[in-house]
Amino acid sequence: MVEVREAPERHESTGARPSAIVVRGMSKAYGKVQALDDVSLDVAAGTIHGLLGPNGAGKTTLVRILTTLLPPDSGRAWVAGFDVAREATQLRSRIGLAGQSAAVDEYLTGRENLELVGRLYHLNRSTAERRAAELLERFDLTEAADRRSKTYSGGMRRRLDLAASLVADPEVLLLDEPTTGLDPRARRELWAVIRQLVSDGTTVMLTTQYLEEADELADRITVVDLGRVIAEGTAQELKQRTHGDVLSVVVEDSAQADAALGVVARHGSGDARIDADGVTVTMPVAGGAAKLAAIIRDLDSGGVAISDIGVRRPSLDDVFLALTGHTAGADRED
Amino acid sequence: MHDTLTALRLEARWALSDTLAMARRNLIRYVRSPELLVFSTINPVMFVLLFTYIFGGAIDVGAGNYIDFLLPGILVQTVVFGAVQTGVGLAEDLSSGMVDRYRSLPMARSAVMAGRILADTVRNVFVVLLMIGVGHAIGFRFNASPAAIIAVPIVLVIFGQAFSWISAAIGVSVREAETAQVAGFVWIFPLTFMSSMFVPVHTMPGWLEAFASVNPITVTVDLLRGLTQGGEIMPSLWQAAAWTVGLVAFFSTVAITQYRRLS
Repeated sequence: MVEVREAPERHESTGARPSAIVVRGMSKAYGKVQALDDVSLDVAAGTIHGLLGPNGAGKTTLVRILTTLLPPDSGRAWVAGFDVAREATQLRSRIGLAGQSAAVDEYLTGRENLELVGRLYHLNRSTAERRAAELLERFDLTEAADRRSKTYSGGMRRRLDLAASLVADPEVLLLDEPTTGLDPRARRELWAVIRQLVSDGTTVMLTTQYLEEADELADRITVVDLGRVIAEGTAQELKQRTHGDVLSVVVEDSAQADAALGVVARHGSGDARIDADGVTVTMPVAGGAAKLAAIIRDLDSGGVAISDIGVRRPSLDDVFLALTGHTAGADRED
Repeated sequence: MHDTLTALRLEARWALSDTLAMARRNLIRYVRSPELLVFSTINPVMFVLLFTYIFGGAIDVGAGNYIDFLLPGILVQTVVFGAVQTGVGLAEDLSSGMVDRYRSLPMARSAVMAGRILADTVRNVFVVLLMIGVGHAIGFRFNASPAAIIAVPIVLVIFGQAFSWISAAIGVSVREAETAQVAGFVWIFPLTFMSSMFVPVHTMPGWLEAFASVNPITVTVDLLRGLTQGGEIMPSLWQAAAWTVGLVAFFSTVAITQYRRLS
């Protein structure tokens, strides 16, 4: 008997580069909660794709489906050309996953952790040992290689976890909130590592709640909220969705925030708001710089004491607000 | 046909090598975490000393030394208590995200659980031999044929594995180490005491004696008493075998089904 198996469907986008990740009409519910609702997206090979959204947006659910940890309710997806549902084993040998909690065995040394993962990817012993040594070197863990990973700092654990996801030299790397809990320096170091990986040809999909992170790293960004894709594009394209610059005024006393809001709103086209900090008033403006002088004069004559005022390019936070009507950090029921 | 066979053989080889890799990892954890090693060695030693020198004098087991009566019971207690660790370890790997990593690898799906149970079996062999040594130092003696003596650790390891599967089913269901620990001991503790482990069951009230007589722990302890002291091994041999087969069949199915349903 000859085993007949469907040839893997290699989905290719119409662009110049083939897609490393293709998602079509993906839905998943947990009871009554719709974690993913008809999500479709494409990630071009050799790029970094950011999946941006607040807690409960469905980012982790999508990563779990793409790494075969979770079956979707409906819809299909291909990673590195393999169907997540029908070709799970082939798919697993071509991907790397670094989840939200660093999956590092504390009782094993850094080297043992990597060698074990190598063996479980079915590399032979000498290849697993060589890969472990290379990755320890690359992630600056050689000195700590033979210490139990229990003794590692948070940043070192993350690096070890990322190294483990790279043992089999995956075509596609999925990183679920890779920098959560890291201090700013460790975060920048990890960003540099991720950029290096992509320049070597790996495709990366990363989820993040940090707008700054998506802006910094991602070639393209998919913004998700409540399980739906609400926008997609480059950071630049998304910023243009806010139609212009953002003017912001910081008052010295939060009691005067409402007064400042009134003044600012008179000079703009609407949508002025007070930020969560209670002292910052922001408003999208076209040609904002020209209005600065008038606004300062009005604030002064209205007796509003300000500690800062300026016009800046919109952040992704502003974009999120423009798209969803709430900020990405806003607390919601998940 | 040939291709299918080759593929199957390759799959079986990977399943074996993945299981060995996972077992090795779990054994390293045992050796490196003192609390686990202490729990699985010092505890049973304390029990054997406690019962021999404190309670033993007050317990009438008829003819023979109390230590010869006690040690088979302590050996069963050792493997049964040790089995709790199977579920605790699995739950720990589930809550820490380790299992997510393993499930995203192209490794055999069965290896996470099989590797855990294999490691616990190896640990049982070690602890059983240690306990027999300790027993010997305080007066325990085999009074049986070499074949019967060799059968002792084999029975213990197989019976311990049955309890490891129960524990695995609990661990993969509760997914949290402390809960698995509590959920493991809450029934194992009374179950071990309501048996012939420390006292002859005919000394218990009738209703309890009825329960204790069919307790899988009682029949296994009685089997081991027969094996170590050259006594009767029927009907406890087939009773213990029936319990073991039944427990493994039922709880391995539950544990594996629950593991496959993880998401």
